[in-house]
Amino acid sequence: MRVDVLNPEKQKIDNAQDFDIRQRMDIVIIGHVDHGKSTIVGRLLADTNSLPNGKLKQVKQLCERNSKPFEYAFLIDALKDEQSQGITIDAARVFFKTQCRDYIIIDAPGHIEFLKNMVTGASRAEAALLVIAADEGIQENSKRHGYLTSMLGIKQIAVLVNKMDRIGYNQDIFNKIVNDYSEFLKNIDVNPHCFIPVSGLIGDNIAEISNKMSWYTGDNILNTLDQFKKEEIPINKPFRMPIQDIYKFTKYNDNRRIIAGTIETGSINIGDEVIFCPSGKKSKVKTIEVFNSPEVPKVSAGQATGFTLEEQIYITRGEVMTKIGEAQPSLSSRIKVNLFWLGKKPMVKNKEYLFKIGTSRVKARLEEITRIIDASSLNAASDKNFIDRHDVSECILKLNKPFGFDLKEHITITSRFVIVDDYEICGGGLVRETLQDKESWMQNKVFIRNYKWEKGNISAKDRADKYKQDPALLLITGNDNLNRKKLAKKLEENMFHANKPVYFLGMSNLLYGLDADIKDGDKNRGEHIRRLAETVNILIDAGILTIVTASELTEDDIKLIKTSLAAEKIKTIWVGKDVTTDINFDLKLEQAHNIEQNSTKVYNYLKSENIFH
Amino acid sequence: MDYLDQLENKSIHILREAYANFKNMCMLWSIGKDSTVLLYLARKAFLGHVPFPLVHIDTAYKIPEMIEYRDKIATDWDVNIIYGQNEKALKSKQSFPDGNVDRITCCKLLKTTALNDTLSGNGKRYIFNHDKKAYELDKNNEPYTGVIVGVRSDEEGSRSKERYFSPRNQEHEWELGDQPPEFWNQFKTDFAPGTHLRIHPLLDWTELNIWEYIKRENIPVVSLYFDNGEGKRYRSLGCYPCTYSVDSNAKDVDDIIFELKSGKFANIAERSGRAQDKDDGGGLETLRKDGYM
Repeated sequence: MRVDVLNPEKQKIDNAQDFDIRQRMDIVIIGHVDHGKSTIVGRLLADTNSLPNGKLKQVKQLCERNSKPFEYAFLIDALKDEQSQGITIDAARVFFKTQCRDYIIIDAPGHIEFLKNMVTGASRAEAALLVIAADEGIQENSKRHGYLTSMLGIKQIAVLVNKMDRIGYNQDIFNKIVNDYSEFLKNIDVNPHCFIPVSGLIGDNIAEISNKMSWYTGDNILNTLDQFKKEEIPINKPFRMPIQDIYKFTKYNDNRRIIAGTIETGSINIGDEVIFCPSGKKSKVKTIEVFNSPEVPKVSAGQATGFTLEEQIYITRGEVMTKIGEAQPSLSSRIKVNLFWLGKKPMVKNKEYLFKIGTSRVKARLEEITRIIDASSLNAASDKNFIDRHDVSECILKLNKPFGFDLKEHITITSRFVIVDDYEICGGGLVRETLQDKESWMQNKVFIRNYKWEKGNISAKDRADKYKQDPALLLITGNDNLNRKKLAKKLEENMFHANKPVYFLGMSNLLYGLDADIKDGDKNRGEHIRRLAETVNILIDAGILTIVTASELTEDDIKLIKTSLAAEKIKTIWVGKDVTTDINFDLKLEQAHNIEQNSTKVYNYLKSENIFH
Repeated sequence: MDYLDQLENKSIHILREAYANFKNMCMLWSIGKDSTVLLYLARKAFLGHVPFPLVHIDTAYKIPEMIEYRDKIATDWDVNIIYGQNEKALKSKQSFPDGNVDRITCCKLLKTTALNDTLSGNGKRYIFNHDKKAYELDKNNEPYTGVIVGVRSDEEGSRSKERYFSPRNQEHEWELGDQPPEFWNQFKTDFAPGTHLRIHPLLDWTELNIWEYIKRENIPVVSLYFDNGEGKRYRSLGCYPCTYSVDSNAKDVDDIIFELKSGKFANIAERSGRAQDKDDGGGLETLRKDGYM
C-alpha cells in the first residue's frame, strides 16, 4: 500500500486536554408562522452574549430612528445581512454556545409551502423546540409539525408556549394548551420533555426564570437545552451495514477487494461471520481496512468503514451486511408502510416510483391506501384514491424485487426509506410490516438455505487443498449443440484421468428427474435454472468441478444462477464463431469442431484462473 | 467517537455515495485548506486511492505559491489533476486587475464561466502528465455530472442554505428557492439529462473543525496560511488582487486553532479578507446562483 510522502504517520495527540473537541448539538425550532420563533432565538442570543459586540445597541438605535418598537426578531434579520463581517448567523442556522456544549439552532420555516425545507432542517436535529403562541393557541400546523417531527425520529421535544405576556401570564390558558397538545402528542406516541411558558418579547423563562409566573416551577429554555441528551449511538442493536460499493483499485498492485459502507447499527469484529441480505451469501471478516491510521480489531455504528472477506463472494451495492447469530431482517417485496408525501404531484396507483432504502434502489408501485391521516386532526380523511402533497398515509407498496427489511418497531434507522418521482425525493416513510408474496418466497428460500447450511468437519479449503483444485461450474454454451456436448464429455474424460474430481451433469438428467414436476417447461425457465444452480451448488460444495452444457444462455440466466452461486465460481465458455446472445463469456472457442485442441485450451484457461493448483 | 470523528465519517459516507452514483465525477480543488482536507478525506474514503480527477480553475491571478503547491501535491499524492481557464477573457484582458471590469464580473468570467466550461467540456481541459511532469491537453471532454466541492455552511449566507447533493440546471444555475428535500442520509442522485449535481461533503464543518482536523491528521497545507515573521498571514486563499492577508502572528496550526477558539479571530468571519463578497452585498448569493463554487 502506498503511504504518504508528506504524511508518513498520523500525529499522535499527546496533549489531549489542550485538544478538546467541543460537543455539538443541532436543535430545530419549529412553529406556525408568527408564533414567535425568531423573537425567541433573538432573545436566546442576546441573553447568552452570543451577539457580536454592540449589535444589540445598534439595532435598538436603528429602531428608534425609524420610530418603531424594538423587537428581538430584528436581530436575526440584522445578523443575516452581517454574514460577511459578523459571526455565524444565517437564514437557516444560528450558532451559540453554553458552558455545556455548542449549539446550532436550525430555523425551520413555518409556512406550509416550505414543508420540505422544514423536513430537511428537522431531520438534521437531535431535539426540537415546538413553539405555540398562547394567544392564538394550537394551530393546524402545530399539529402537523408535531406529527412530522415524530416521524422524522426526533425523540426529545420541548414545547414553548410563547407570548405569555399577551395573555397576562394566565395559568389556565397555559394549562389548557398543555392538556390539549399533550393529548394530541400522546396519540402519536410523542412524550414531550416539558412545556415552558415563555415570552420572547419580554424575556420570560428564556435564559432566566421569570418572576411573573410563580405558578410555574419548571426550567427555562437554556437549562432545558442543556438537559437534552446526545443521541446514543445504536451499537447495541443487531449489526447492519448497507453496502455502498465494492472497491477493487488496481493501482500500486493493490489486490484488496473491499466491501465499503457506513455501519448503521451494531458492531463487528475481525473473524465474525457475516451474511448478506437479500442474497443470503455468507463469509467471514478477514480485515478491517483503514487509511493512514493504526489497524483496528473492531468497528461499530456511525463508522464509515471497509472490510475484506475470507471467502470471495459475489455481492453488489444495495445488499445489507448482517451478522450471523443476530436477528435478521425479513425478506419481502410487499410492505406496509407509513409515509409522508412532499411531491408537487400526488402519489397515485399504477405508476412506477423509485424506492430507496439504505443503499438499495428498486422500482415500486402504490398497491393500496389503507388510510390517509389528516396530520392536523389525526382523523382518517375521506376515501382518497391518491396521496396528496403534505398528506401522511398508511399504505401498501409492491416492489419489483424482494428486499430485506427491518421494521420500525425493531430497528427504526434501517426501516426508513424515501420515494423518488421524476428525479426528486417526494416522500419518506417507515416500514411497519412485511407481507408475503410469490417472489419473496424464492429469495427467502435461498437466504434460509444459506443461513441454515450445515457444514461437515471438512472445510472448502481442506477439500481444495486435497483435490488440488478450486471447484467451479464450467458452463459451456453456444449455438453448436453437437460440439458443445462433445467438448464437455471430452473435458470430463481428460480431467478424470488427470485425477481431478469432475462431473458432467447432463441437462436431461435433471429435466426428467428432479424437474419432472415442472409443467409448461418454457414458462418456467426460471425454476429450471434455479434447480440446476441448487444442484451444482451441492456438487461444488463437495469439491467437484461441474460441467454443464446449455444452448444460448443470456446474461439474465447467468444473473439468476448467481443468486445461488458465487460469481467467481462460474466460468462461461462460448463455443462457435457467432455470439447470438448478450452473454459476457470468459472464453470463446471459435473452431467448434476441433475438440481435442479446445479441450487443451479450456484446461490451460482453468489453470490460468487457478482452478487447478 | 468525538465530533471530529462524526464529521469525518459523514463526509466519507457522502464521498462514497457520490462515487457510487456518478460515472463522470470530479472534485474541485482550490488548493486551499478546505479542499485539501477534502482530498485527504477522499483518500480515506477510497483507502489510499483518488478514483476521480481533481479540477482546478486557474484564474491566472492565483498567489504563485498556490500553483507551486498544487503541482507538488499532485506529484506527491499521485493524483490526476486537470485545470481549465477562461482563455478568451484573459486574452482580451476582461479582468478586474486589468481595470476593464468590476470585481463581480471578473469573478463571473474567470471563475464561474471558466468552471462551467471546464465542467461541460466546452472549454479546454489540461491534464497533468506524471511522466513528463507537465500539463497537456486532455482528450476527454465528457461533461462531469457529479462535482465534489469543499464549501462549508458557516462560510457565508448562501452556502448555509446548501444541500449535501445540490442540483444545477442546464445553465449551471442554482435554484435556491426550490431546493429538493434531503433527509435520513438519502440524497438526490437522480437527475435529468444535461443537469448536474454539486456534492458538498464538508457542509457541516466549521473553519475551526478544518484546522482541528488538519492538526489531528497532520495534513500538509500551503505555507501562506502561516506568519513567516512579518506578522501577516492569509486566512482564506484566492486571487491576489482581491484577497488580503490578515495581521496575525500564528506560525503553526496550534497558533491558528488558538486564534480561532479564543484569540483575535473568535468573532470575525473567515472571508472578511475577500473583497468580492462585499461587492456582492455581503454574500455570494448572486455569484453562486450562476454556478460559482
